[in-house]
Amino acid sequence: MTGIEAHLPVLQVVVPLLMAPLVILLQPRGLAWAATTATSLMAFLVAVQLTIVVLGGQELYYELGGWSAPYGIALNVDSFSALLLLILTGASTLALLAGKVSIDTQIEAPRQPLFYSAWLLVLAGLAGILVAADAFNIFVFMEISSLASYVLVAGGPDRRALPAVFKYLVMGTIGATFYLIGVGLVYMMTGTLNLLDMEARIHEVADLKPILVAAGFITVGLALKAAVFPLHMWLPGAYTYAPHAVTVFLAACATKVSLYVLLRFDFVVFQQNLVGHDIQFAAFLMPLAVLAILVGSAVAMFETNLKRLLAYSSVAQIGYILLGTSMVSVLGLTASLLHMFNHALAKGTLFLAVMCLALRVTDLNFSHLAGAARQMPWTFGALMLGGLSLIGIPGTAGFISKWYLISAALDEGLLGIALIAVIVIGSLMAVVYIWRIVETTWFKPAVDGNATLSEAPLPMLLVTWFCALANLWFGLAPSLPLRLSGTAAESLLQHLP
Amino acid sequence: MELLGLYHYWVFVVLMMIGFYAIVAKVNLVKRLIGLSLFQSAVFLLYITMSKVTGGTAPILQDGMVDQVFSNPLPQVLILTAIVVGISTTALGLGIVVRIKEEYGTIEEHEIQEINQR
Repeated sequence: MTGIEAHLPVLQVVVPLLMAPLVILLQPRGLAWAATTATSLMAFLVAVQLTIVVLGGQELYYELGGWSAPYGIALNVDSFSALLLLILTGASTLALLAGKVSIDTQIEAPRQPLFYSAWLLVLAGLAGILVAADAFNIFVFMEISSLASYVLVAGGPDRRALPAVFKYLVMGTIGATFYLIGVGLVYMMTGTLNLLDMEARIHEVADLKPILVAAGFITVGLALKAAVFPLHMWLPGAYTYAPHAVTVFLAACATKVSLYVLLRFDFVVFQQNLVGHDIQFAAFLMPLAVLAILVGSAVAMFETNLKRLLAYSSVAQIGYILLGTSMVSVLGLTASLLHMFNHALAKGTLFLAVMCLALRVTDLNFSHLAGAARQMPWTFGALMLGGLSLIGIPGTAGFISKWYLISAALDEGLLGIALIAVIVIGSLMAVVYIWRIVETTWFKPAVDGNATLSEAPLPMLLVTWFCALANLWFGLAPSLPLRLSGTAAESLLQHLP
Repeated sequence: MELLGLYHYWVFVVLMMIGFYAIVAKVNLVKRLIGLSLFQSAVFLLYITMSKVTGGTAPILQDGMVDQVFSNPLPQVLILTAIVVGISTTALGLGIVVRIKEEYGTIEEHEIQEINQR
């Protein structure tokens, strides 16, 4: 590796971080958007480049300022981080490309540069979590991204966003503080913050109480951040009332990045070291995953607000991701990482379509949506494709990950049969809530001014359809995410006894 | 005796629980933020106590000091960062509370819920 390639991991963070304050200065209309989109696009290209390097079988290791690992700050990119970096930067770029008109209508012009600055901080923070190799930097980046995302969520015109974001702030801070306590306890026992060093040193102290307590604090804290059922209470409100473009961005990647940290910690640091921990991990997370799938989908079935419905569906999808992990097998983990990618695609498409819709219809309650689809067939066509992928219809991306999830469950014996039943029931419930959208918007007689709606602007539709077709593409040719998640799963599990 | 010897951990736990209680039980948003601040400060104390070495002094190198025992500076530096994070969180939280007051005319959670359900 020579030249710029060696510096890619740090560029991923530094570019958006440096652009964030600069964007504030770009007051002329549209300039801040252009700069942000360009930065995000560049971050995406860096992520693609990183993925290519990682797919070549290399793990990138970067020492900031040339200080070696125990003293300096190290960055680390493997296939797991590369997969999530692709999701993150891709979601941000697509949301920005499609979201200009929507953001223009929802955020007043003078505040837009600040809004875009916060957007870049979220991007930099989340990317930082993904490349950081030590526990404390993960905390710092987590707080950078969280604080900025509270600002983004509260930025919209809907005043109900404010109480929702307050709840998000309180629960997010509790989660981060729990994580901080856990990291402190691990540092106390091992004297290091580097994840790999921790792994090496934790053997000697693994049966001491503080390590167990730390494992508990870190797992619960990150579960709060990742909206694992029943700690998901902040998610529906925050997603529902956030500006639509922000929902696209956050729904596609924010919770998954927290899940990434959770998996990193549990598998790299704790899993192989705590006696009987493989049982604890599965035993702790599996019921939560099953409940998330069942309860999240059930609530979504009866929800009457389109965005809130999709938010509860996200809670259920996080359940699928956790279900794969809690099996603690290569196949299960591959399925869950694959589902992170595929769910980001499906939910991204769905929320992009919702963003198109929200340009024309202000109230997203079902009672106001009746008949809208007949006037906006392209928007709702994309919404349908995203919905099919969410259900897991063969030919879409969602099918691939559910297929892997079911094959992983088959290896689990009798328990696996029950898990397959849960997956199938969850998917059937997804059919129900997606069908409710179809029924209301296509078949019910139009209400209000829904008979005279016009289609969303072409650029937005193009991006939305690009995303929708990506669902089909990765449903038919899933080799890229499959390779990344397969390698990541193996590297996470390689230390297990 | 051992329990008393670990008094700094008790301070941490009690302070944290007071903060946590305020977050969970209070309906006034400012009081909940105060709870959140207490909760975070407790964790700062945990870090500070773990860095203390018996007989250790501030980790500053000076001429003529040989065989000096120093306290571990790393957790203190970490907590400087965490304090900044804590301040930003509180400031942002208070900013949101001000906006809530502007929009709803109240900062009591149940009243906000009532207004939202109307």
